[in-house]
Amino acid sequence: MTSTTYLLKNARILGGEPTDILIEGGVVAGIEPPGGLEARFARTSTSGGEGAEVIEADGLIALPGLVDLHTHLREPGREDAETVETGTRAAALGGFTAVHAMANTDPVADTAGVVEQVWRLGREAGYCDVYPIGAVTVGLKGERLAELGAMADSAARVRVFSDDGHCVSDPLLMRRALEYVKAFDGVVAQHAQDPRLTEGAQMNESELSGRLGLAGWPAVAEEAIIARDCLLTAHVGSRLHVCHVSTAGSVEIVRDAKRKGWNVTAEACPHHLLLTDELAATYDPIYKVNPPLRSAADVEALRAGLADGTIDIVATDHAPHPHEDKDCEWAAAAFGMLGLETALSIVQHTMVDTGLLDWAGVAERMSYAPARIGRVADHGQPIEVGAPANIVLHDPAATRTIDAAESASLSRNTPYAGMELPGRIEATFLRGRPTVLDGKLWGGTA
Amino acid sequence: MKRHLLSAADLTRDDAELVLTTAAELRSLADRPIKKLPALRGRTVVNLFFEDSTRTRISFEAAAKRLSADVINFAAKGSSLSKGESLKDTALTLEAMGADAVVIRHSASGAPHRLAHSGWVRSSVVNAGDGTHEHPTQALLDAFTLWRHLGDSKPGGLEGRRVAIVGDVLHSRVARSNALLLQTLGAEVTLVGPPTLLPVGVENWGAETSYDLDAVLPKVDAVMMLRVQRERMQGGFFPTPREYSRRYGLDGRRMATLQDHTIVMHPGPMVRGMEITADVADSSRSVIVEQVTNGVAVRMAVLYLLLGGSESESNE
Repeated sequence: MTSTTYLLKNARILGGEPTDILIEGGVVAGIEPPGGLEARFARTSTSGGEGAEVIEADGLIALPGLVDLHTHLREPGREDAETVETGTRAAALGGFTAVHAMANTDPVADTAGVVEQVWRLGREAGYCDVYPIGAVTVGLKGERLAELGAMADSAARVRVFSDDGHCVSDPLLMRRALEYVKAFDGVVAQHAQDPRLTEGAQMNESELSGRLGLAGWPAVAEEAIIARDCLLTAHVGSRLHVCHVSTAGSVEIVRDAKRKGWNVTAEACPHHLLLTDELAATYDPIYKVNPPLRSAADVEALRAGLADGTIDIVATDHAPHPHEDKDCEWAAAAFGMLGLETALSIVQHTMVDTGLLDWAGVAERMSYAPARIGRVADHGQPIEVGAPANIVLHDPAATRTIDAAESASLSRNTPYAGMELPGRIEATFLRGRPTVLDGKLWGGTA
Repeated sequence: MKRHLLSAADLTRDDAELVLTTAAELRSLADRPIKKLPALRGRTVVNLFFEDSTRTRISFEAAAKRLSADVINFAAKGSSLSKGESLKDTALTLEAMGADAVVIRHSASGAPHRLAHSGWVRSSVVNAGDGTHEHPTQALLDAFTLWRHLGDSKPGGLEGRRVAIVGDVLHSRVARSNALLLQTLGAEVTLVGPPTLLPVGVENWGAETSYDLDAVLPKVDAVMMLRVQRERMQGGFFPTPREYSRRYGLDGRRMATLQDHTIVMHPGPMVRGMEITADVADSSRSVIVEQVTNGVAVRMAVLYLLLGGSESESNE
């Protein structure tokens, strides 16, 4: 892989003062005040040669490459909805340099063979590093542990295990999983949903679900599992990560667990930071997601939890579905929505523009912390000399109207179509190589 | 009126009273030797039933035929839930056939809403019962029946009248539509049932709620009993059918506590011995058979008002 040299001029690292950043040999080679690096490149040109490619980054925020701990890439099995290649293209456009691919593929990623396949597909596509998540139980059936150790020892080096889409509801099995992953510093990422309390559930249980005649998904079904798993984690001294926290009560439980010093981390999804269950009144399944959109009070609590660090990270739960699985009646439709290409815009809109989080906070929630939780060494590092050049340039002043047809994903199920959102990814660098330039995809594997 | 009838909430008080007065005129037709009007000649009404419901389908069919509309009965076996033809493809087929109105019954809440608002069809959509959501023409025929008995068949006639709706409110589309419509018409509604069968948030529906049927019965002008579906009996919502009947069934003893003028209603089909005993169902207070008759008149009124006036294009 050849590596061109790039000079990012006047980029504001984490929203700070304008700075020039030199990318060379896949790493950050220099950071100087504006003009400070010019001397090293007397013959700067945009045509390569011995000079550096200059990228004018006036007004752009430089962030560490984003890391998603919760992505559905659908391959193998549902290549009609998404592939590793299309999903990682969408990820790159969204500013991600690493994504964790959920295990609910077909076949399920519950063996070393499947996780290595996904890992390899990611490397071949080259847009974004793909870290497969291993299933906790064989076939996601919640009956017996999958070969977690084999996945951990495989080339994919799996550290995050999840039955996402299904809850590991059996308390004994969950205990064993939490205990077992300690051997390789793994983490169990729980999809917290009590199955009995949510049989047939379609939307947030509320006055509205009663009026709409849609079976309710009560907050307690999430909160009860989170509370139980926090206690289990503390008991066995392991690491728990809570996927897609969606209720105010869950935030309280996680806050309390952290106060006690338990090793619990949690994620919130962009859609839960912005959208509310009122949208179900349209009966348009584009708004059908699991866990469901909740109340405005829940949205407020999630934002506050993300601001104060109770919620460690933003994770997209990017869930592509083919058109026909959404172009139908609500009950027949699939759960899930796209998220990779809009995540940073939603976070800017809900957290930064509201004053709840600064750009350093965004870097923590969307890059450093998810990389730490996933034990990903090459990502989630501050932009400093010597670090791998995983960098995003984001224009916070831009606005864009979301057009589902423009998505790089194979699927079109974005709930934000037609919405005007702030911010635009101008460039993404993966180990010094651009995957996005001028807001457009820029080659895959070199 | 709006172009579609998807929810009882779509009806203003004026709309609802217009349906009732129109139904009253049309009902008198039933007493004439020739029961047919030419009002909808050349218009096509499709009965699109994804769920079996002989009663509602033949009621709509009779209503449309008495207005001289062409009727197509489309019994779509299974929905896209069971991987049959999708709702969308069925809708596109109907659109291609030139349906003016689609009367839809579907097991999924909101299916009529999707049909009306997804751009699949241009026709008027009438909700003939969707999942556990609504059944607005049932509410209209119930209101019509109440209005004849308690409201003197006059606008405003249901003002202040008290109606108890008893049973499985949680899963009942009849209860939802009635709670909305009867309150629109000025009646006071009390929803009665075990706590497990009253929906979350029901306290914000504007209606009273009670777990105690015996306390409610002496106060009301009408009692509407809801059917308890067989699958609910297994669902753990109450311990046994026998206990349900003891606490929430309407039997002769309870009927004796009603005021003299109070009527007993049921949307059918009844589970005799479960929510209502035979002696009550067949008593002089029961207007259950009349509800069926009124159903045709009310559905004629709905189709007439949705389609008959639409040539003026001033709707919606």
